[in-house]
Amino acid sequence: MTRYGLLINYEFCTGCHTCEMACKQENSFAVGKTGIKVNEVGPLETGGDKWAWDYVPVPTDLCNLCQNRVKQGKKPACVTHCTIGVMKYAPVSELVEFMEVTPKTVIFAPR
Amino acid sequence: MQKSISHPGEWRWEEDGLTVTRTIGWTGPGCHSQCGLLVYSKDNRVLKVEGDPATPYNEGRLCMRCLALPKVVHHPDRLTYPLKRVGQRGEGKWQRITWEEAYDMIVEKTRKIQSEYNPESIVVMMGTGRNVWHAGSKLAYTGFGTPNVCMFFSGLSCYAPRLRIMPITQGFFCVADCAQMFPDRFDNPAWKCPETILLWGNNPVVSNPDSFMGWWMVECMKRGTKLIAVDPRRTWLANKAEIFLQIRPGTDAALALAMINVIIEEGLYDKEFVEKWTFGFDKLRERAKQYSPEKVEKITWIPKEKIIEAARLYARSKPASIQWGVGFEQANSGVSAILGLQDLWGITGNLDVPGGNIINKPTPFHEIPPPLWGRKEMPSELKKKRIGGKEYPLVPMAQPDVLVETMLTGKPYPIKMAWIQSTNPIACMGADSKKTLQSLLAMDFVVVADLFMTPTAMAAADLVLPAATGLERNGIRTEDYETAWWGPLRTVNKVVQVGECKSDDEIILELGKRLNPEGFPWENVEEMLDWLVRDTGNTFKEIRELGTPRYYPFHYRKYEKGLLREDGKPGFETENGKFLLSVPYFERIGLDGLPYFEEPPESPYSTPELAKDYPLILTSGARLWGCFNSEHRQIPELREVNPNPIVEIHPETARNYGIKDGDWVWIENMRGKCKQIAKLTPTIDKRVVHAQHAWWFPEKSGPAPSFFGVWESNINLLVPFGQQGPSGFCAPYRCGICRIKKVQEE
Repeated sequence: MTRYGLLINYEFCTGCHTCEMACKQENSFAVGKTGIKVNEVGPLETGGDKWAWDYVPVPTDLCNLCQNRVKQGKKPACVTHCTIGVMKYAPVSELVEFMEVTPKTVIFAPR
Repeated sequence: MQKSISHPGEWRWEEDGLTVTRTIGWTGPGCHSQCGLLVYSKDNRVLKVEGDPATPYNEGRLCMRCLALPKVVHHPDRLTYPLKRVGQRGEGKWQRITWEEAYDMIVEKTRKIQSEYNPESIVVMMGTGRNVWHAGSKLAYTGFGTPNVCMFFSGLSCYAPRLRIMPITQGFFCVADCAQMFPDRFDNPAWKCPETILLWGNNPVVSNPDSFMGWWMVECMKRGTKLIAVDPRRTWLANKAEIFLQIRPGTDAALALAMINVIIEEGLYDKEFVEKWTFGFDKLRERAKQYSPEKVEKITWIPKEKIIEAARLYARSKPASIQWGVGFEQANSGVSAILGLQDLWGITGNLDVPGGNIINKPTPFHEIPPPLWGRKEMPSELKKKRIGGKEYPLVPMAQPDVLVETMLTGKPYPIKMAWIQSTNPIACMGADSKKTLQSLLAMDFVVVADLFMTPTAMAAADLVLPAATGLERNGIRTEDYETAWWGPLRTVNKVVQVGECKSDDEIILELGKRLNPEGFPWENVEEMLDWLVRDTGNTFKEIRELGTPRYYPFHYRKYEKGLLREDGKPGFETENGKFLLSVPYFERIGLDGLPYFEEPPESPYSTPELAKDYPLILTSGARLWGCFNSEHRQIPELREVNPNPIVEIHPETARNYGIKDGDWVWIENMRGKCKQIAKLTPTIDKRVVHAQHAWWFPEKSGPAPSFFGVWESNINLLVPFGQQGPSGFCAPYRCGICRIKKVQEE
C-alpha cells in the first residue's frame, strides 16, 4: 500500500494555529486535544541580521491523516486550511521529490 | 492549484445530509476581511465551517477565528433577546422584553431628548470590523437627526486618518498590490511581483483582519519579493526582512522624512513622475533636508546606515510597494507619518503601477461611502453642529476627544443619549478607560447592540439588543468604509437564526423606519440591500445566485488614462489634479502642508522628569491569533491559544526589575495601572515594553465593580484622552511611558 505523508515547508509557517483548529473541528476534539501541534524554535540570535526563528507543526498520535476526508476526495483538514499554504499531503515518494528542491522542509509519516 | 474546484451549487446545496451555504466570513464577530466560507448546517445549527477553495480572496485558507465560528454562533452566553435594565446601572439586573417594547422605549427616549434638548444631543458610536459603518451613519443622520457619529477613539487613530487624507492628497485610497484585484491572482499577466515590499508598522500574517491577507505577501516572498520591515518589535515576518528597522514607537514620521531626504538628495527619485504628476516637490525637498539620517538616528534609535540602506533599496526596487499598518497612526504625529509614507510612493512613481501601491476604484459603489450615507441630505445648519467640527475641520465625524469632554461637561451643548453598536469601548478602543465609562454614565440613556454581554453593556447600558453574527444575516460586501477594505462584490448569506437576534442592518432599518419613515423607505433589509447595490444593475438575490465573487476590470496607471477624475482628464482627483506632496488644503485650515516630526507628548525627551519615574516606552495593540480586538475571549478553543494577557519585556530589562518569565507584572504610569504576564523576549528593545490590548475576562463576575475583570489587564487605562495631534487625528496610543514591577502575592 502507498505510504502517505505530510510535508511542511517551514520556511514560511507563521505559527497561526489554523492546523490545530482545523484538526479539532474535523475530529471534534475537546480543548487541549489535537492531532497536530505547532512548535516554535527560536527566536535565537544567531549573529546575522536574520535570527533563527521557525514554526514547525508536528502531528501527534491522534493524527490519522484525516482518513475519512481523504476517502471523500478531500485533503486533510490542516492542509486545506493552512493560511500560508505550506502543507502538502501526498505519497511520501512524491513528497521526497519536492523536498529535494525545497529548502526548509520536513516530512511526517504518522502512524 | 485549488482554483479548479467547482461546487455542486452556486451558493447553497445539500451534501451528505447537511446543507452547505457558500458565504463570506463578515460579520460579527469583527474582522475587515471577507474570506470565502462553506458553512455546513442542519436543523438551524452550524456544524462546521470550512474555507471555500473557489474564492480567490482566500483560496480555501481560513484562520482559526472563522474555523471557530460554530462555537461563536451557538455559544451559551450569546445575547438572544432584548434586555432592559431593572436595577442600578452596572448592577447586572435585567428583564427580558420584546423587540417591540425595545423599539418603543428607544423612540420614546429619542423624542424626549430631541424635544427637551436637541437631536444633536444623541451620539452614535461604532467600533471597527463589524458591518455597521454604512448603516450606522444613516441611522445617526437620517434616523436620530444628529451629526455626531463617532468612535470612542482618541484621534480616531485607526485607518480613519488615512481614509480622510488620501482622498485629499491623491483622490483615492491605495494598497500594496499583491494581485488581489484579479480573480486569477498571481497568474494574472498584468500583475508584477513587487521587487521589494516596505512593511511598515504591520504584521499582516497576524492582523489579516484588515483585509490585506498576510498570505498574499508571503506568496510574493515565495516569488522573490524582498522585505524591508519597520516595527518596534522583531516579528516573525520582520525577521524575514533584508533590512529590519527597529523603531522607537511614535517616531515614524521622522524615519519617513529621512528616507525621503536620502532618496531625493541621492537622485534616486522618479524625476519624470515627479515633474509630470506631483505638486510641491521643492517644498518637500526643503523640509526633508531638515531630517538627516544622523539626526533621525537619535530620534528613532535606528542606525543611520540602516536608514540610508533602506531608502536606497526601496527607491531602487522597481516596482516597490508599501504595506502599512495602524501602528504609526496611533501616535500624535501619525498624520505626518501618513503624508511621509505617501510621499515615498509619490516621489518614486510606485503609484498605481503593477506591483506598486494601487488605487482601488474598481466598483460602482464609491458614491455612497460610509460614514457619509445620509449626510448629503442633512441640513447644513445641523452639519455645522458636529462636535469638534470648528476646531478640527479635517475630521469628518465628531472628534472623539472633544466629544468625551462634551459628554462630561455639557459644553458647548448637552449630550444625553448614546447609541453604541459593535463597540466595547471600556475594554478596547476607548482611551483612559475609566474616563470613557464616566462619559457614558453621564448619559440619560444608553443602548448597546452586541453579540455578547460586554463590559461596556454591563457597566453603562439601559437597554441591550442582541445582534446577529455573519452567519445569521443577509448582506452585501464589496467595500467596508470607502475603498479601504476592498474586495470583490458578493453577498453575505444567512444560514441560521439564533434566538431573537437581528442583524445590525435590520436593527437600524426597523428603528429608522419608526424614527423617520421617509428616510427609510424600504420594507425590509433585502429591499434596502437592493437599493444599495442598484448601480451594479443587479439585485441582492441576483448577486447571491452568482455564488462566485464578482471582480470588475482593474486598470493600472489610471492617472494617465483619465480614469480617476470626475471630468475624465488624466491626473488625480485632487484640488489641482496632481499628487500632492505638499497639501494646500492643510495650509488653508491652519495645518502644516508637509510632514514633520513631533516628539510624543510623554517620552524620555519631551518629559524627562516624568520619565525618571516611568523610564520605559509603552507600546501596545499588536493583534492576536485567536482574538479580534476585544472579541472572542469567551471561546475556549481560541482562548487556548491566547489564555492570558502578555507583556513582552527584554530579558535584560526584566532582570533589572527582578522579573522572571511567566510572572504577573504591574504596568503603570501617571494615569493608571494594569497587570499582565511577562514574556521575556529579545525581539523587543530593552527600553520598550509591548502590552496586549483589549483584555477582559468573560469568565469573571459581570456586575460592578468587576465588569468581567475589565480593569485588571486593560492597557488603555494608561492611555490618555485629549492628546490628539493638531488636526484632531491620531493620538499616542502606542508611544506612552510606563514602569513595571512584579506583582507581589497578597
